Formats: sequence, C-alpha cells, structure tokens
Amino acid sequence: MSGVLTRAHFLRLTSSTAAGLVLAIGLDGCWHAPRTGIGDTEGDGAGAFSPSAWLRIDPDDRVTVVLAKAEMGQGVATGLPTLIAEELDYPLERIAVAFAPSEARFAYPQDHGRLLTGGSTSMRSSWKVLRQAGATARAMLIAAAAARWGVSPASLTTRDGAVIDPAANRRATYGSLAATAAQLPVPANVPLKTPDQFRLIGKTTVRRLDVPAKVDGSAVFGMDVKLPGMKYAAIAMPPAFGGKVRSYDDRAAKAIRGVVAVVQVPQGVAVVADNTWAAFEGKRALQVVWDHGVAAQASSEQFFAESERLARDPSAGVIATTIGDVEHVAGRRVEAIYRGPYLAHATMEPMNATADVRDGRCEVWVGTQSPTVAQLAAAQYAGLPLERCIVHNTYLGGGFGRRTYPDAVGAAVAVSKTVGMPVKVVYTREDDTQHDFYRPMSVNAIAGVLDDRGNLVGLSHTVVSESVFHWFLPSLANRGWDRVSMDGAAETVYHIPNFTAKYVDYEPGVPVGFWRAPDANWNIFVLESFMDELAATAGKDPVAFRLALLGDNPRAANVLRLAALHGGWNGPARPGVARGVAIGPWNGSLSAMVAEVSMTGSLPHVHHVTAVADCGQVVNPDVVRSQMESAIYYGLSAALSGKITIRNGRVEQGNFDTYTVLHMDQAPGIDVITVDSHDSPTGIGELGVPAIAPAVANAVFAATGKRFRSLPFSDPS
Amino acid sequence: MIAVTINGRHHELDVPAEMPLLWAIRDVVGLTGTKFGCGQGLCGCCSVHIDGRLARACVTPVGAVNGKHVTTIEGLSADRSHPVQQAWIAEQVPQCGYCQSGQIMAAAALLRRHPHPSDDDINQAMSNICRCGSYQRIRAAIRRAAALLAQGGEEAS
Ligand code: FES
Ligand code: FES
Repeated sequence: MSGVLTRAHFLRLTSSTAAGLVLAIGLDGCWHAPRTGIGDTEGDGAGAFSPSAWLRIDPDDRVTVVLAKAEMGQGVATGLPTLIAEELDYPLERIAVAFAPSEARFAYPQDHGRLLTGGSTSMRSSWKVLRQAGATARAMLIAAAAARWGVSPASLTTRDGAVIDPAANRRATYGSLAATAAQLPVPANVPLKTPDQFRLIGKTTVRRLDVPAKVDGSAVFGMDVKLPGMKYAAIAMPPAFGGKVRSYDDRAAKAIRGVVAVVQVPQGVAVVADNTWAAFEGKRALQVVWDHGVAAQASSEQFFAESERLARDPSAGVIATTIGDVEHVAGRRVEAIYRGPYLAHATMEPMNATADVRDGRCEVWVGTQSPTVAQLAAAQYAGLPLERCIVHNTYLGGGFGRRTYPDAVGAAVAVSKTVGMPVKVVYTREDDTQHDFYRPMSVNAIAGVLDDRGNLVGLSHTVVSESVFHWFLPSLANRGWDRVSMDGAAETVYHIPNFTAKYVDYEPGVPVGFWRAPDANWNIFVLESFMDELAATAGKDPVAFRLALLGDNPRAANVLRLAALHGGWNGPARPGVARGVAIGPWNGSLSAMVAEVSMTGSLPHVHHVTAVADCGQVVNPDVVRSQMESAIYYGLSAALSGKITIRNGRVEQGNFDTYTVLHMDQAPGIDVITVDSHDSPTGIGELGVPAIAPAVANAVFAATGKRFRSLPFSDPS
Repeated sequence: MIAVTINGRHHELDVPAEMPLLWAIRDVVGLTGTKFGCGQGLCGCCSVHIDGRLARACVTPVGAVNGKHVTTIEGLSADRSHPVQQAWIAEQVPQCGYCQSGQIMAAAALLRRHPHPSDDDINQAMSNICRCGSYQRIRAAIRRAAALLAQGGEEAS
C-alpha cells in the first residue's frame, strides 16, 4: 500500500510525546519508530540520507516525502511526491508520505519559514524545489555508487529506486547507498528532466496515493485524533459577533452523564466530557448570559444599505488601478450595482482541534492549512514560547480557505491548559456555520462605456467589501486596498483602453476570510455578468464581444475559443436549454466555461458544464479534472442557494437545512478540457470557481431575459 | 448496557440509550471511519448499515440498535474488496475523503436494493452531501460497481 497516514499508524504516533518528530510510514504500511532526524542527516544514526527537508531515504529502502503543503482533497499528497519520484526515478506508489509539522525547516525557501497552503500555489511553489530535491538526491546516489564501484558517474543510470551499472550488469538500491550518499557534498544546480523525459508528470496512469485510505475509513482527519486520557469539549461561543460571557449557570450541564468540567475560556464557555455527545448535550444545557456587544443590532440589510451608499460615493475608497480616463471617455454608458452575500465555507468536517498543554509544553493535532499560523495561536493561548509548541497536521476534511484560521486550535489549547488534560474541541455544524470567517458580502458598482460600434472602450469597477487581510494579516492590507478583496476586479483579462478599479473598505465587524478563489469568486461574477450585459446592449454575441477585447491576451482567447468549441456555442441547443459563457482567471491560471441551463420555475437547473482549464504544465491530468469538477460544484452550490445573513448581530443559518448546499441531483455533468502546456504549473484548486456562477447567470439571462445582479438564484428578490 | 454487534464483533456498551449510535461507534468503540458532519441526519457522513439497512447513525439512538448488527465502513470488507470500494478506487472518487465512508455505505445499500440503478435512481437515492464535489465520479462509480456486481463480484454485505 502507499504509506499515507492511516489511523493505525497514527495511534502509535500519538503514544509518543517526543517533540518535533515527523512520522514515517514504511513501504509495508507499517509504522516505524519516529525519528527526529528527518530533513537533516545528523541525529539519525541509522544512516538515512536526507539531502533536503522533504525527502528521506532510509537504508532499508524506505523513501519518505514530507509534505510542506496540506492535503485537503486537492491532491498534493500525490502531486508533490510525483515531482520527487519523477526526478529520483523511484516508483511513486512506494513512496511514504508524511505531513510537515510546524517547523520552519519544512517550509520552502521562498516561503520564509512559513507553512501555508492556499491560493492554489502548492504545485507552483513546489515545482522547482521538489524536482530539484529529487534530482539532487539522485545525483548523489549515483555519485555514491560510482565511488563504490570505482566507475565514472556518467556511466551509471537509475531505474525504480536503484542505481544501475549497465556495463558491469550490477545494481545497488537507493537504500544500500543511503549511508554513503549522506557523506557526500550536496551538489548545486543538478539539471532537471525535460518534458519529453517525464514518465510520471502529465501522465494519465498516475493514481492518487491517498485514495485507498479514503475508501476504507482508515484516513485520519483531525476529528479522528485520539490521545490517551483525552477528553472532548464543546464551546458555547458568543452568538453575536464581538459578544462576551457575562455569567453562566452550569448546574444543568454538569448533571449530564459524562460531563466532567465546565470552564470559561477566552472563546466562551467550554463543556468538557468523556465523549463528544455528552459535550454537545452539556453545551445545550448550559445557561449563558451574554454581553452582545456593539454589533447586537446589526443586520445584513443595514450592511448592504451602507455599502451601497459607499459604492455611489465618489469620495469613498482608494483607486487600485487606473488606465486612461474612464470618466471622460465618450460613448454610451451602462451602469449596474451587484450585491453578493456572506458565504460560509461549510467544510464537510466541522472545525476541531486536539491539544495537550502540560508541563510547559503544548502539542496540537489538527487538520490545518497552516501549521505556522496554528502554532502562533497555540503559543498565544498556551502562554508559552513558540518553540515549546508544536502542531502536527492530519488530513483535512475540506479546507477551501477555512482551515487557514486557527480558532479551533486556540480553543483546544485554552481548554486543555485550563483543565490540564488533552482535549479535543469539536464544533457542532451550527457552531461551524455561525463562527466562520465568511466570504465577505460585497456591493459592486460597475459601469461600461460602449463606442458607436459597440466596442467596450471604458470600464470602472468599484468594490465595497470587508478586507480579508484585515482579519488575517492586517499588515498586508496597509497598501490602502486589499489585493484579495480586489482579486478579479483590480485587473481584467481584457484590453480596455480606459479602466479604473476602486476599493472601499467597509468594516461592519463580521469576521471574513479566504473562501475558495477569494474574492474573484464574487468579483468575476460581477465582471462576467456585466460583460454579458454589455454584449447584449451592443447587440453582440457574448463570445465574439469578449474575443474582440482579447487581442493581446492569446491565452485567455484560447480558453474562450476552446470552451465555445467544445461547449457547442454556435450549435443548436436542446429545446428549453440555454447557454451562458464566462471567463474565470485565477492566480495565473485561466478557465472558460459554457453552462447549459433550463429553468424549473424561477430556478436554474444546470444540465452540463464544459470547462476549459489552462493551468500550465499539468502534473496529474485526473487530479486537474477532479479539481475543476470540485470547484465548479463548490461555486455552483453557492450560486444556487448559498447565503449567510446577519440579524441582531448573529448569523441566522445553522445546519444544512438552513445553509443549503449542492446535492447529487443538482450536480451537472462536467467535461473538462485542459490546455496542453509546458509552462510552469500555475494552480488548479480554485480555478473552477470564478466562472461558474456568471456562466449560469448568463445562461439564465439567455433563457429568460432576467438578469441576476445578486446571488443566490434561490433568493426571491 | 446496550448489546450490539459491530462488524461482527460483539460489544456491551455502558452508555445512555439515547446517545446517538454515531458517538458510540466513534468515541466509545473507537471506530472513526464513520464521520460526523451535521448531527441532524442531513448530510449522510455517518451512514452505516443496521441489520443490512442504511441508517444515519447521528440520529439513531444507540438504544434502538440493542441486539442488532451494525456494519461500518471498516466492516464493509477487510481489504477494500467490496465492489463499491473497488469502483471508488477505479473512478478515483475521493478528494478530501471526509464524506466518502458515508457515500460508500449509501451506495452499497442502494445497489443491494437496486442492482442496476439509472442516473435518476442514483440522484434520488444518494442524498449524501459532498462538499468537495465528487458527485459526477460517485455516479460513475456506482454504475461501475453495478457492473462489477453483475459480473458476479462479491455480494454486498
Ligand atoms: S452526521 Fe449524520 S447525517 Fe450528517
Ligand atoms: S470528498 Fe470531501 S466532502 Fe466529499
């Protein structure tokens, strides 16, 4: 089996309390003694060879790849080892995978010691580093064999984890060379394979390493961590944002069988119990009197009204981009206001974290997009120096940006510290929905100018929303406009001679955060819906109207043409079915989609989506397809019915009955076409999100003449 | 005491009868392949078989399974050989994987009732949520599992 972390291994890992260990899983699927020596050759007396932090070859031929990136479904636990296996000439399926804990040495050089997974950058940032790691190790293993056999390295080759001497018909496995290789100097600039030499990268035969453990229940998620003597905790958190505990009565909670303690922590009031259910029941029985804080009267209607006022106020906000002079360009002016709701992430696995704070140390187990951020939170709530805190990562039951935020880690650490026992904090689904870092609500004022031939000669786009960075790293928001909040608005793929983009930071105090393809997931809905409005006003075909503006962007023109071609844009549609098109750029990658929609009453039913993806070099074609499918469904789910509303300062939705998400019967068939490219990979995990909602909205317009300028489609407005 | 057989193994559980089966399985018995997603019977992450019938363990009191046989994902096969698991691997269904135990248990139950489901049957029967959007692959995998079963693959448990 592949050596991806499974429960049996995990239990043995967790019985150890050594700090800083990385778990290694053997080729046989058995767990071997944890070592502190991963990533360096010192400290490992067993003669392991580890020329970089992400690769270790043991004398018994075990090859371990340590992932600097989190596996949240997007396939890095396969894609990253693929890069190493390709250059190392080692069978991918025999590679063991471990998740990097919160130690700076596992971060890539360009990441300055920070471990963070997001922005669809995992493959892009691993592309050179990990191939180099594999190629360097291979060169050193060849050098070790050459020295042993007294031949020239140039006369040797490698295959399936062994160095081969064809002239003398002999071979030595990597493991048998590991101790020798570990003594050699690390060479610089070892040449990498050229694409024609790839036998794994871009090949359809490569299967995900994590699938076996995900069909038999053995994959370990944060939710599945179990430590000896561990208790379970549920947290009553302030229902209104900015609220605080005034007082509480825990008598009824403590009467619940299995409840062992009720404690106040900075996050709220924690009910600690012998099992999750008792903790949930205890939380339900708890009587808390809250100070609701200043936001207690706030509602999303007020936020929208104020945002709309700001969107129309010429003096508000900061200019992000100016080209030409859109104010004074002559032509026909078209204007629109768009409104986007808050969205929850609703990862399938509710937020949770397990912490053990004892004896001046803090150890955390969590599925996180950032062990580094989680470690900072652990240190803060443990009141310990950073180096006394360590975070171990697990599989993530969905990330989508949500698992960048360490709120559950902070809570678990605070509770464990208070009760002096290892504790797993579990959010209920309602907690998860009501204590998220939401996709910001947004009001966008957009205007276009068409010349007398119907060409777009001017565009202005104003975004009023909460700053995503304000809630993450305020220092990055200091430029006056937030690059995340403006993604998809500050730049477009189109050549428009007069263009202005403006950001208005509006902070009503609702926590906002990264939500798959932030915030192109909304801004591109506005732009691409509006492009359709402009095309209609100009009396032009939506594809032709866009192509006319893509003369100097051949990559974007290409994805659009391919989508039109494969989506049958110019052919007849089935009766009752209309098509819509949109382009969705995301962080260096490009997609275009054609959606086929019919109406069921006032609601669109999406039958089919043809999606084209240009993400540079495809490393794993099937993973690219699955990520496009995934992001399209995720974006469609939000477009059809996703909406978080605030009333009396709190979120009105709770479980999946009120925050409804896409089900099987709403899931269209999806065809994914990838562009052949040998450019460096640019990322795929979020690329499918931005274009899907506008493609559907544009199809709805084609079907009904009704223009949706707010989402979700299920909204009566 | 609740007496229940889980994956062929007998357990005497000293828990309140109203504790949902999900938490008895996960926290008390210690089998964590069955997942918590919503706790309200809305997502299907906790799907198990009780005496061969599909059930959502988060809304099934453990008292209601006294004397019954429960099968969880761990008990579907010993070695991922169940046709549904085989089909899931062949179609590379899982992404994050969190929903997949429940999806597989629901699919296995569907195929026992309905050996040759149409896409419409699948759409109607499979009400489990997957936030990663593996729906298209689940449909393909269920068709593939149906074909495997028709070829005389292992009987669904
Ligand atoms: S956890 Fe049981 S249906 Fe969601
Ligand atoms: S695979 Fe992630 S929720 Fe289904």
